[in-house]
Amino acid sequence: MELTGAEIVVQSLKDEGVEHIFGYPGGAALHIYDAFYQQDDIKHILARHEQGATHAADGYARASGKPGVVLVTSGPGVTNTITGIATAYMDSIPLVVLTAQVPTNLIGDDAFQEVDTVGITRPCVKHNFLVRNVADLALTIKKAFYLAGSGRPGPVVVDIPKDVTAAKTTYRYPKSVKIRSYAPVKRGHSKQIAKAVALLLDARRPVIYSGGGIIHATAATQLTALVQTLGFPCTQTLMGLGALPAADPHFLGMLGMHGTYEANMAMHGSDVILAVGARFDDRVTGDLSKFSPGARIIHVDIDPSSIGKNVPVEIPIVGDAAAVLEQMLDILGKKDRKVDEPVLEQWWKQIKAWRDVDSLAYDRDSKLIKPQFVIQKLCEVTEGDAYVTSDVGQHQMWAAQYYSFNKPRRWINSGGLGTMGFGLPAAVGVQMAFPNAPVACVTGEASIMMCLQELSTCSQYGLPIKVINLNNRYMGMVRQWQEFFYDRRYSHTYMDSLPDFVQLAQSFGHTGILIEKPGDVEGALREAFAAREKLVFLDFITDQTENVYPMISAGAGHNEMQLNPADSGATSQERELA
Amino acid sequence: MRRIISLLVENESGALSRIAGLFSARGYNIESLTVAPTEDESLSRMTIVTRGSDEIIEQITKQLHKLIDVVRLLDLTEGRHIERELLLVKVMAEGENREEVKRLVDIFRGRIIDVTDSTYTIELTGPSDKLDAFVEALSNAEILEVVRSGISGIARGDRTLRL
Repeated sequence: MELTGAEIVVQSLKDEGVEHIFGYPGGAALHIYDAFYQQDDIKHILARHEQGATHAADGYARASGKPGVVLVTSGPGVTNTITGIATAYMDSIPLVVLTAQVPTNLIGDDAFQEVDTVGITRPCVKHNFLVRNVADLALTIKKAFYLAGSGRPGPVVVDIPKDVTAAKTTYRYPKSVKIRSYAPVKRGHSKQIAKAVALLLDARRPVIYSGGGIIHATAATQLTALVQTLGFPCTQTLMGLGALPAADPHFLGMLGMHGTYEANMAMHGSDVILAVGARFDDRVTGDLSKFSPGARIIHVDIDPSSIGKNVPVEIPIVGDAAAVLEQMLDILGKKDRKVDEPVLEQWWKQIKAWRDVDSLAYDRDSKLIKPQFVIQKLCEVTEGDAYVTSDVGQHQMWAAQYYSFNKPRRWINSGGLGTMGFGLPAAVGVQMAFPNAPVACVTGEASIMMCLQELSTCSQYGLPIKVINLNNRYMGMVRQWQEFFYDRRYSHTYMDSLPDFVQLAQSFGHTGILIEKPGDVEGALREAFAAREKLVFLDFITDQTENVYPMISAGAGHNEMQLNPADSGATSQERELA
Repeated sequence: MRRIISLLVENESGALSRIAGLFSARGYNIESLTVAPTEDESLSRMTIVTRGSDEIIEQITKQLHKLIDVVRLLDLTEGRHIERELLLVKVMAEGENREEVKRLVDIFRGRIIDVTDSTYTIELTGPSDKLDAFVEALSNAEILEVVRSGISGIARGDRTLRL
């Protein structure tokens, strides 16, 4: 069967099982868009900006586990996706980004809407392709899906010149594909795993530290089983939340810069760390020279270059997290030797003392709305089972700290790149993947302004997202750093001239609610989530002075945390900003 | 420490920029880089000379492995190996200096491959330090141009880098 390149794009996506794509048309993409017009199997979601389309596909991928697919035109269509692609790259999210390109005879000619797509995306993709010949198109799309979803996942760009989308060839979509230079491992090295298990059983003060890799590898069940079999404490990174249920008593909370006291102190005091699908990021470790001084480290990761990159590792294990954890459980199941319970009990006693510090305490009697309180109520009202996306800043940390994620893929945020503007479009993608699930976008008045146009996409597709705007009239996280480290010189962090968010939401056909008193928080949330068909924009006017605690400052170690001064008696009302 | 990393890469247009981009993005240094096709049309052979601590070299090799275009990788400096570089140099060769330069070329087993009344163009191959020594020995002559190819390397004995 002879098809045009444009038809091959559509047919390949169908054969790949794609149901949704996110995009924005333009000149070089016209043939492809025409092919989409003539079919109903794949639903195209029209974003209002290519960045929004890319974040939406990313949110879709994070929530569903399936690769997100993006389609944009050449030139500015491509450059607008860069932030989205880099966001996905930093968090290892599988995306296939199809970019139209000017015709091959114009490439390199500074043609209208031409950009060197392969060159400009190269540093932030797992791989990219320029398809110069229609005969290579189907195979290249197959390769793109294979690369995006296997091994350490990531975004893959396929750049398709306009003449290639018009040219015809016989269509055949390969069932599978092999790339000779690429063979991601699955199972870990059995001797290394046996050594690791022996070290774990010898540990006196063990900690399991898990990250986003657990989510990607669908290894939450295995992680939970391992934690419960060993009875070890477990902390999770920002990207890993939900893998081990927050309700599990072994869970210490998140670690790192804004991690809990018990998580960071346990890391610092540990003698053995089992790191799985986590990469010892600088926001996690604090000052490396002070990081877990007495710990022997086992590191399980699918990407060999993540192992030993920041921290020396005693037992490296390259493999898929689910497979490796299963191998560990197998060995543990056969072993007569068990964990030394009394020794472990001593360790738990110490951890309990750290827990009793209650590092997430905040002033609950405030007359102002505390952002932490809003998140706690959000968790209650949604019974901890909503999909929660976030933007970047204080609200992101509060969402991570105070929403109890009990399932993987429920917490969707830009951890690595820290992209403001991610939350709303990501929620679009999540809601497309799960039309009936409750989806909340926790954001701030600064972040939401960065991809606000997607409120229009939400109207078009009737997406009943609940926007939780923690409005403190500041770029809160930057302001917090200015308060701590720049002697309260609040340079360009006050958000002047904000819109009336209620009216703004209404102008897109949504519902807006302004909430100014703590007593109204729960009622507004219940009202919003009861409106199952409507997007509700909840504008919470929160305490401007609130900071994210605990905090590890730059150059500090895990044992040098700053706790909330509310604990030491000083209420935040006594603090002044100006 | 100085390392010589040999790569077999897909013979595709983007491969070189991916590798060069990796070095610049991650702040690794490249002392020299050579690349040319091999007997297998689909592959190019690349030789990269770099410097770094053991940890950095480990990261470099892991990051290179991660690139989809990199098919095989060998750190030649981990075993016995041969390295060669080609030097082309054009020097002023007039008067008594003309004889002196020719003698130096003979001592270093180079060849004069082009002459004018006033200049010699010299070809010399060998390990980089030999070329360095030759250029230094020429310091009495006026050097007009120095062209160096960068290192090509191959392992000694049975060790090979192939598919």
